[in-house]
Amino acid sequence: MAWFEIGSIDDIPLRGARCVATPQGRIGVFRTADDQVYAIEDHCPHKGGPLSQGIVHGASVTCPLHNWVFSLETGQAQGADEGAVRTIPVRLMEGRISLGLGVAQIAAE
Amino acid sequence: MAQKLVVIGAGMASGRMLENLFEQAPDAFEVTLFGAEPRGNYNRIMLSPVLAGEKTYEQIVTHDADWYSANGVDCRFGETVTKIDREKKVVTTVKGETSYDKLVVATGSAPFMIPVAGRDLPGVRAFRDLDDVEAMVIAAAKPEAKAVVIGGGLLGLEAAAALRLRGMEVVVLHLMGHLMERQLDPTAGYLLQKELEGRGIKIHCKAQTKAILGNEHVEAVLLEDGTVYPADLVVMAVGIRPETRIATDAGLHVERGIIVDDSMISSDPDIIAIGECVEHANVCYGLVAPLYDMAKVATKTLLGEQAAFLPEETPTKLKVTGVDLYSLGDFAEGEDREEIVLRDAMAGIYKRIILKDNRIIGTVLFGETADGAWFNDLKKKATDISEMRDTLIFGQAFQGGTSADPLAAVAALADDAEICGCNGVCKGKITGAITAKGLTSLDDVRAHTKASASCGTCTPLVEKLMVLTLGDSYNPAATQPICSCTTLGHDEVRRLIKAKGLKTIPAVMQELEWKTSCGCAKCRPALNYYLVADWPDEYADDYQSRFINERVHANIQKDGTYSVVPRMWGGVTSAKELRAIADVVDKFEIPTVKVTGGQRIDMLGIRKEDLPAVWADLGKAGFVSGHAYAKGLRTVKTCVGTDWCRFGTQDSTGLGIRIEKFMWGSWTPAKVKMAVSGCPRNCAEATCKDVGVICVDSGYEIHFAGAAGLDIKGTEVLGLVKTEDEALEVIVALVQMYREQARYLERIYKWAKRIGPDEIKRQVLEDVVRRREYFDRFVFSQKFAQVDPWSERVSGKDKHEFQPMATVPFQQAAE
Ligand SMILES: Cc1cc2nc3c(=O)[nH]c(=O)nc-3n(C[C@H](O)[C@H](O)[C@H](O)COP(=O)(O)OP(=O)(O)OC[C@H]3O[C@@H](n4cnc5c(N)ncnc54)[C@H](O)[C@@H]3O)c2cc1C
Ligand code: SF4
Ligand code: SF4
Ligand code: FES
Repeated sequence: MAWFEIGSIDDIPLRGARCVATPQGRIGVFRTADDQVYAIEDHCPHKGGPLSQGIVHGASVTCPLHNWVFSLETGQAQGADEGAVRTIPVRLMEGRISLGLGVAQIAAE
Repeated sequence: MAQKLVVIGAGMASGRMLENLFEQAPDAFEVTLFGAEPRGNYNRIMLSPVLAGEKTYEQIVTHDADWYSANGVDCRFGETVTKIDREKKVVTTVKGETSYDKLVVATGSAPFMIPVAGRDLPGVRAFRDLDDVEAMVIAAAKPEAKAVVIGGGLLGLEAAAALRLRGMEVVVLHLMGHLMERQLDPTAGYLLQKELEGRGIKIHCKAQTKAILGNEHVEAVLLEDGTVYPADLVVMAVGIRPETRIATDAGLHVERGIIVDDSMISSDPDIIAIGECVEHANVCYGLVAPLYDMAKVATKTLLGEQAAFLPEETPTKLKVTGVDLYSLGDFAEGEDREEIVLRDAMAGIYKRIILKDNRIIGTVLFGETADGAWFNDLKKKATDISEMRDTLIFGQAFQGGTSADPLAAVAALADDAEICGCNGVCKGKITGAITAKGLTSLDDVRAHTKASASCGTCTPLVEKLMVLTLGDSYNPAATQPICSCTTLGHDEVRRLIKAKGLKTIPAVMQELEWKTSCGCAKCRPALNYYLVADWPDEYADDYQSRFINERVHANIQKDGTYSVVPRMWGGVTSAKELRAIADVVDKFEIPTVKVTGGQRIDMLGIRKEDLPAVWADLGKAGFVSGHAYAKGLRTVKTCVGTDWCRFGTQDSTGLGIRIEKFMWGSWTPAKVKMAVSGCPRNCAEATCKDVGVICVDSGYEIHFAGAAGLDIKGTEVLGLVKTEDEALEVIVALVQMYREQARYLERIYKWAKRIGPDEIKRQVLEDVVRRREYFDRFVFSQKFAQVDPWSERVSGKDKHEFQPMATVPFQQAAE
């Protein structure tokens, strides 16, 4: 795994998200009300909804297509729905955000 | 690749099967669902409370448009399948052919109409679907209307009690010697008759119907013995026949019902049949519990798993409020049978247990049915009751010295005791789900376990379980909270926002003691709307609390691209506008251009990154956002009116454009669609809109509260006004009242139903001062709302929404 810097925490609205294009697919990067930053794969396991476009509440996001709710910490679907998205390691240093991406995996593509 | 599954019949059995299927394998099939009724699946057994006025249709809908679209079901409601071609594997409707890989027939039953003269007269109805209920409700509205119900079984009696509650004079004609003879013994039948007579219903047993009389419309029912009962409505509830016509025509093996094996497969291996249309091991079923089991089995069969349908006996309960009746199993007398009977004439209680070899084989309970579940449990497990024989009839609370506390009885039930008969849910599953998933409301429990989600008679038991599991924190009487972040309902929150002068989302959450730190996707958009509507000048709209469509001012599509719909005022366009659209389509290679139902043009499949550039080009041609994505004013459809039409009475196009220009940009609790027609021929279809105008020679007839989505409902007439100015003022006042009072996501027709159309009429039509106040408040809020969101974004607002934050390139990543 290697760290890739993607920008500053202020690039993401509070209780909001942005997406990052990577060779292994789009990743949603989320900023919660208390300035925690999380990254998960931007692809809902239900029908592929772009999770970065959902409403962020607490450390969760609600998918914009059919309202499944995912924990940003674990990637697990909450409530009655079952499924999970991959979480991506995030490092926050002096306001700069980096994502930990699997080099081997990326290089292989 | 997903196989094609076609389902015929959008009823309770197929509805349950689809639920199971989407839970277990959401992508296994592409589903097309045909239903003869013009609506999706609802809880048919709750038609009785709807008829009685105790519930609304909306409350018994089991699958709404969102559910179908979320699961990608191609809904073909209002389309009757007329033919199955097994060779070609296609089904036929008036609209053409649809092919299948697997076919599920779930056509239910058809009510049996006794073959007497006059049975086709208007005013003779069955009791099977919502149309029947609506017709009966209309008939009951006539003063001193009289109803004759033919059939004293479950269905007939529920209809009779409901019509009586609606104020009709009701007679029940029953062929046999006592009511519900298939489920009740004569004593219980007698007690039931006395109870119903006490409510003013006349019961006539051993009544043989000879003819239904009337010329244009039903007038009376004539019996063989010469008795005549006058009638404005005749309800035929004498039984049902499995609906097997298309199956028979297709050459499937059909006896009384469609013959299926244990895995629900018919005589054709690609055709499955479930529900009331089915015959399994010589039995046809007419209660939902076994049909739900069939649905489970059919799901497994479709997924290629092994499963077998095991019939179980289902108790019968009468859903008439205030009548407690429970019947289960076999209660005929016999040589080898013993019975235990308890009667309490004063209290109107009768209990009878039928035993064979010291085991319960049947029970009939009247007046007090709390122990039904326990008796059922003993019967199912074939428990030897000799030990408790003397006290058995007094119920569970008497056994083992436990107190007579009703909660204790529920507490004492074994974990595998069945609570919800319809859905086969046992106690342990319910209490387990409450604890494991932290459920706090009845709705949650229904969503997770299905307990009490069908006929609802076990609701008290489920609530007792909730009290037992959750303690005092469960209060069944509380209003439905907005979401699990709060205990308050929408109305309460709206009231407190005004009363306490709360002007930000954090202020609302703090003052109203929200249970979560920053809400959820249900409450945040609601709060944001309430604050926008209540404090138009002071509140700063929180875009992070809006759904994606409203945040980026375009409609997200299933593949994550967007669609863009510019405003075309009143549906009128020009060569210049069309040319500009054509240029944009070419430039951005927009894959689909489509004319919408609201008289404008939709461009679909636009990449999010391109949105600002698309808007910039459209803006140059004078286009602004059509708000096709908003909970706000969508379209005002018009016809050509006096401009062109030889029938036109007023300038309908002009009025439509004027309304749209006045009201665009305003946020509302749910979307608002309007239309203006130039004469009663109504080419703009104004009578199914949230607000509609029908122009007439003498002025403008204003309509409201229509619906033409999954629900179909004609509008109510608000009133006639003489001038265009007045029409505009009334419409604006109506919408402002709705903006101030409705619950978030509640369409005008639902809000109007709750408030009452008369109250709305009083406030926005009759009370002229009030009307003006609403109007002025709307005008004030428009000062802050009428800003074109597209041009704002073209000038750079919310740039972050449209560009990825970063791109990790291949080379860098590969290092
Ligand atoms: C008023 C009332 C009260 C009831 N109360 C109870 C109760 O308390 N407890 C209980 O267990 N049961 C009760 N029932 C019975 C229960 O509703 C039925 O057993 C159940 O609805 C049957 O389910 P189904 O899916 O087989 O058929 P349905 O729910 O009837 O669905 C069949 C659907 O298929 C459609 N259809 C038929 N032919 C075609 C075709 N060729 N093409 C397209 N569509 C077609 C029909 O229009 C219908 O919508 C009650 C029924 C009624 C009417
Ligand atoms: S556009 Fe409307 S009617 Fe068509 S599939 Fe989507 S939700 Fe259904
Ligand atoms: S509604 Fe009347 S006025 Fe308008 S186009 Fe139709 S016929 Fe003409
Ligand atoms: S795609 Fe995410 S909930 Fe359906």
